[in-house]
Amino acid sequence: MDAGIVSYGAYVPRYRITPTEIGKVWGVDGAGMGIGLNVHRKSVPGPDEDTITISTEALRVALVRGAIDPQTIGALYVGSESHPYAVKPTATVVAQAVGATPYLTAADFEFACKAGTAAIQTCLGLVGAHMIQYGVAIGSDTSQGAPGDALEYSASAGGAAFVIGREHIIARVNHTVSYTTDTPDFWRREGQRYPSHGGRFTGEPAFFRHVTECAAHMFETAGTSPKEYQHVVFHQPNGKFPQRVGKQLGFTDAQMKYGLVTPYIGNTYSGAALIGLANVLDVAKPGERILVVGYGSGAGSDAFDLVTTDEIATYDRRFGVPVQEYLDHGVEIPYAVYAKFRGKIHMGGS
Amino acid sequence: MTTVARYWRETPRRYNLGGCRCPTCRTVFFPPRSVCPACVTHRRSFGKMEPFQLSGDGEVFSYSIVHDAAEGFEMQVPYVLALVKTPEGPTLTGQVVDVAPDQIRIGLRVHATFRKLREEGRAGVIHYGYKFAPVSEPLAGTGTAESASPAQAPGERGRVRA
Amino acid sequence: MREVAILGVGMTRFGELWDSSFREIGIQAGLSALVDSKLSSQDLNALYLGNMASGTLLEQEHIAPLLMDYAGLAGHHLPAIRIEAGGASGAVALHQGYLAVASGKYDFVVVGGAEKMTDVPDVAANRILGGTADQEWESVFGATLPGLWALMARRHMHDFGTTREQLASVPVQAHEMASKNPNAHYRNKITLEQVLHAGPVAEPLGVFDCAPLSDGAAAVVLGPAERARKFTDIPVRIAASEMATDTLALQHRSSITRLDATVVAAKRAFAHAGKSPKDVQVAEIHDAYSISALLALEDLGFETKGHAGAAFADGTYGIGGRTTVNPSGGLKAQGQPFGAVGVAQVVELVRQLRGLSEARQVAGATLALSHDVGGTGATSVVHLLERMN
Repeated sequence: MDAGIVSYGAYVPRYRITPTEIGKVWGVDGAGMGIGLNVHRKSVPGPDEDTITISTEALRVALVRGAIDPQTIGALYVGSESHPYAVKPTATVVAQAVGATPYLTAADFEFACKAGTAAIQTCLGLVGAHMIQYGVAIGSDTSQGAPGDALEYSASAGGAAFVIGREHIIARVNHTVSYTTDTPDFWRREGQRYPSHGGRFTGEPAFFRHVTECAAHMFETAGTSPKEYQHVVFHQPNGKFPQRVGKQLGFTDAQMKYGLVTPYIGNTYSGAALIGLANVLDVAKPGERILVVGYGSGAGSDAFDLVTTDEIATYDRRFGVPVQEYLDHGVEIPYAVYAKFRGKIHMGGS
Repeated sequence: MTTVARYWRETPRRYNLGGCRCPTCRTVFFPPRSVCPACVTHRRSFGKMEPFQLSGDGEVFSYSIVHDAAEGFEMQVPYVLALVKTPEGPTLTGQVVDVAPDQIRIGLRVHATFRKLREEGRAGVIHYGYKFAPVSEPLAGTGTAESASPAQAPGERGRVRA
Repeated sequence: MREVAILGVGMTRFGELWDSSFREIGIQAGLSALVDSKLSSQDLNALYLGNMASGTLLEQEHIAPLLMDYAGLAGHHLPAIRIEAGGASGAVALHQGYLAVASGKYDFVVVGGAEKMTDVPDVAANRILGGTADQEWESVFGATLPGLWALMARRHMHDFGTTREQLASVPVQAHEMASKNPNAHYRNKITLEQVLHAGPVAEPLGVFDCAPLSDGAAAVVLGPAERARKFTDIPVRIAASEMATDTLALQHRSSITRLDATVVAAKRAFAHAGKSPKDVQVAEIHDAYSISALLALEDLGFETKGHAGAAFADGTYGIGGRTTVNPSGGLKAQGQPFGAVGVAQVVELVRQLRGLSEARQVAGATLALSHDVGGTGATSVVHLLERMN
C-alpha cells in the first residue's frame, strides 16, 4: 500500500482518579475492582476539556512534529462516541483550530471505540487513491460510565491524531482488514447520558470473537504470524481483555508492553488503541513490524499491519508530550471533584 | 442572549491567534486592528495592515487567581487569569490552565492551548479559544482539587519546533 | 470660557435601597441639589445625567427625559442628556455640564449621576460590570473587573514591593471615614486583620479590597461663577475639569501599574488651575479596589511611582494628614453606585469646602480634588474645586 503514518500526536488530560477512590463512594472494593480490571488510574478531563479540545491538542502536536502545512490536509475525520454536539461536527472546529480550513473534507465518525481506526482506513483510501495529499484521522473521547456502574472504573479521556500520507512515511501500512457483525454488546440511545451494556456479553461474543477473528483474517491476508511482530496493540477497554486476547493469539508480554496503556490512564475509547499505537511509535526503531487490532462495540474490529521505515529514525518527537509521561504522571483528584468536572452533580437552574 | 455570529466572526483569532502587522513600522497587534496606533503614519496604514500569526509562546506578565467567577466560569473556580506577554510584542489576556496556584508566577513560560471558554447553557453553542499552559514546568498539585496528591502531571510541554 | 461655580449639591443615601426605584432616587438627588442652591426650576437650562448601565440593569434606556419628567419638569422641554463612561459616567457628566456653562450656551444646569445596582442578581451585575472592560478580548476569557485590577495589584507588588498589608490599609481607612458619614453604605469599622483574612475575590484582592455594588444618586447645580452668590452663600468654583482616555483593554497599555489617563487628566487639571498636588487639602479619589487608590495617588502626583503603599499605610492620607483622602469613605465604604460616584465625590468635596462636614470635616480646606475612573482606566476624570472667598 502506497500510504502510511507520516506523523502523530497524543493528548491525555492531566487529572487522574483511582478505582479505590471511586469504590469508596459506592461501597465497593475499588482496589479489588482495579486489580480485576487491571486499571490502576484513569484520566479525567478538566472542566474546560472535551473531545474537540483533546483532538485539537493531539493534532497540533502531530502537525508540528511532521512539519506539515495544515493547508495541505485534504480530509479530517474525528472518531468519537462523545462528540460535544449531537448535531454539529467536531471535525470542523478541529480543522479551523489547526488552520486547515476551508479546502478539505471533514466529518465525524462514530463506531463506539473503533471510530478512530475507521477514520484511518478512510484516510488510507483517499491518500492511496491520490485524491488528497494528507488525511487526518483522530480517535478521541471523554467517555462516561454511569455513576456506580462497572464502566465508571475505566471510562476515561484522551485521544491521538494520525496524519496519513504518501511521503516521509514513518510507519507504512502494509494491510488493513476488518471484521464486522451486528452484535449489540454496548450502546447509548439518543438523548441518554450514559451508555448501557450487556454485561458479560461484552466479552466472548463481542470483544474476543471480533478481535481474534479480525487478527486471524490479518494473518491470512498478510501471510504473517504473531512472532513476526515486534509490537501488538489491541483495543483495551480495560487492562485485562487485551492481555488475555494477546495470549490467546500467541503474543508475548514483551510484544504487548508498549501497546498497553489502559492500566495507567483508563479506557479512552476511540483513543485507546491509537494512544497505544502512539506509545509504540514513541519508542519504535526502523524496520519494526506492528499489529494493531481495534474493536468497537456494535460491533467490529479493524486491523492494521504496519512497518516502521528509516524515516522514523529522524522523526522529530520533541514537540509535545511522550505517551509515557501521560502514563507516569497526573494529578489525582477525589471523587467529589471528579463528579463536578464530569457534570455528575445536579446544579439546578436551567 | 447574543447571536452566534458575534463569537463566530472572531474564531480565527480566538482559535489560532491570528493577529496583524503594520506594513510600515512592523509592529504586531493582537487582536488585529484596521489602523496602526504605533506608527506616525498611521493614517496611511488604514486598510493596509497585514495578517500576522502569533506563535502562541509567551510568559506571564501578571496574574490573579480568580475565586469570584465571571458568569459561565463557575465550574472552573479557582482559575488563573493572566496577562501573557508574547515574544512578537502583543500582550494577551487569558487563563493559565494545568498549573497549581502555588506554582503560577510572574515570568512563567507558557504556550497557547485550546480549551472550552464557556457554553451558552446546556442547549446553546460552545465557545472555544486559547488559554495558556506552562512550558517546561513540573506540574504538581492542582488548581481545583484541594486534596490532590503531589503526583506530577505531564510535564515538559516541550516546545521545540522542527 | 467663563468661570463655573457649583451652586447646590444633593445626594441620596448609598446602599441597598430596596424600597426605592431608579426614578425615585434620581429625582431625590436632583431636587435636593436644586433646593440647596436656591435656584428656581424655571431658571434651569439642561440636565446632564451620568449613568453606566440602565439598559442592562433596568431594561430602561432613554432615562434623562424620564428623570426630567418625574422631577415635574417635562413641560419645560429642556435638553436632557445621558452620559456613559462606565464607572466614570458621573464625572464625565460633570465635565459636560461644566463645558456647557463655561461656553455660555447654558447658564444653569443640573448634573446628576444615578445607578440602581440591586434590581438584578449579583451575578448579572458583575457581568454588566464586565462590559466596562473589553467583552471580546478580556471578559470572554473569564476576566472579571476585580480580576483585571488584581493583575495591576500583583504587578505593582512585584515591581515596587507594595505589600498586602499596605493594600489592606486602604479599606481600613475607608471604613473609618464612612463611620462618620450618615449617607454611607457601610458605617462599620474594620481592622487590618479582617481585610487580610477575608475571603479572596481575585487574588491578591479579597472581599474587603473591593467596593460594593450600591444604589444611589447624587446631583450638583452649576452656574456662572459671577452670579453664584445670588444662589449660594459659599460658592465653590470649578478650578479645572479635565478628562482623558486610554485603551479599553488593559492588555494594550504600555504599563499596568500606571493609568496614563489619570496622569494626563491630572497634569492638564493642575496646569489649568495653576496648582500642584501639595495645594490640595482634601481629595475624593477612585478606590473601587484597594490598588486603585494607590495607583491614583501616584498617578495624580501625590506620590512618586511605587511609594503610595507605604505612604498610605503610614496615615499620610487620613484626617490630619498632608492631604485627606476620601473623607466620605470613598467608593469602598460610602458606596459604589457607578454612574453616581463621580458626582457624589463632588457633593462631598463641596460640603468640605463649605465647612459643613461635621465629624469628618477637614479643617481649613480651600482646594479639593476629585478623581474618577471608568473600567480599568480607559476613562479618567479629574476636577479641582476651590472655595470662592
